[in-house]
Amino acid sequence: MSQHVKTLAVAGALAAALSATVTPATAQDANEKCFGVSLAGQNDCAAGPGTSCAGTSTVDYQGNAWKLVPTGTCATMELPDGRMGSLEALDRDLPQG
Amino acid sequence: MTGQAEFHAALLDPERPVPPGLIDPARRPAGRRFDVYRNNVAVSLTKALEQGFPLLRDLLGTEFFQAMAGVFLRAHPPQSRMLMFYGAEMPAFLTGFPPVAHLPYLADVARLELALRESYHAADAAPLAHSDLADLSAEEFMAARFGLSPALRLIRSDWPVHGIWSAHARGTPAPSARRPEDVVILRPGLDPAPHLLPAGGAAFITALAAGATVAEALEAAGPLPDLSGLLSILIGGGALTALTRE
Repeated sequence: MSQHVKTLAVAGALAAALSATVTPATAQDANEKCFGVSLAGQNDCAAGPGTSCAGTSTVDYQGNAWKLVPTGTCATMELPDGRMGSLEALDRDLPQG
Repeated sequence: MTGQAEFHAALLDPERPVPPGLIDPARRPAGRRFDVYRNNVAVSLTKALEQGFPLLRDLLGTEFFQAMAGVFLRAHPPQSRMLMFYGAEMPAFLTGFPPVAHLPYLADVARLELALRESYHAADAAPLAHSDLADLSAEEFMAARFGLSPALRLIRSDWPVHGIWSAHARGTPAPSARRPEDVVILRPGLDPAPHLLPAGGAAFITALAAGATVAEALEAAGPLPDLSGLLSILIGGGALTALTRE
């Protein structure tokens, strides 16, 4: 195969691959970490083995626990008593002691 | 032995006496209390290994795995205070553990599970936009060099490790014959996933990782019957994170 033909074949493979894949950003941005919205014991943050973060929040709507929610829905999430979801950790509803 | 060394040795060996000087509030030797602590150390490390190697545990059965973990954790206590990487010695341990000598693929299964964990904890890197790639002419693509995601891991095995993983994770039929498989682990969002590589794929990725251009990597890989499939895996998994044009 001449260099030119080979280059065209590779370009064809790239074009096929591009049309076969969704934009990775779409999949990546489907969820966002939302602080202060999860019920006690229902938080995500699946850390690796040996740590025990997921499911360890002890207070409902704990401000430093996050849950994955669809992108764009976190900050508008309304919770009891005027609480809102947040993309940053919050200092409300922390466990006492 | 110093007090610390004695304490440490006794933690991992239930036959050893309670380290001297450990007393309860009534100033009696705190034997039962130390036993509880010693037990917690072994149980927590066993649990960390079960979480880190779920596929190994399923292949071996929970009872066998836990007994083996007891041997492993005494031979390889944690070297770091971060348990998230605990178990790095598992592949070598399995190779030298006589009770599993008839299951030679286990070490590669352990390497795959370790690599999944490393990928999970690797730094984030934004993948190239589709337009960055689509805008390249054929000649520019051939001459381009790519930076690869820190979450990318490559496993080359003489065994069908992807088939074994897939049978466990996705319920596909378990592989019935020995065949070599190369696997790339990619993490487009938060969750790493292994992908079976087509022929030549591992050599292509290895060359790209070493800084080769696409043309050089193709040369190094030899025949690549499914280049389009390989590029789909890399692009779909967010593997390409930087682009250098000549």
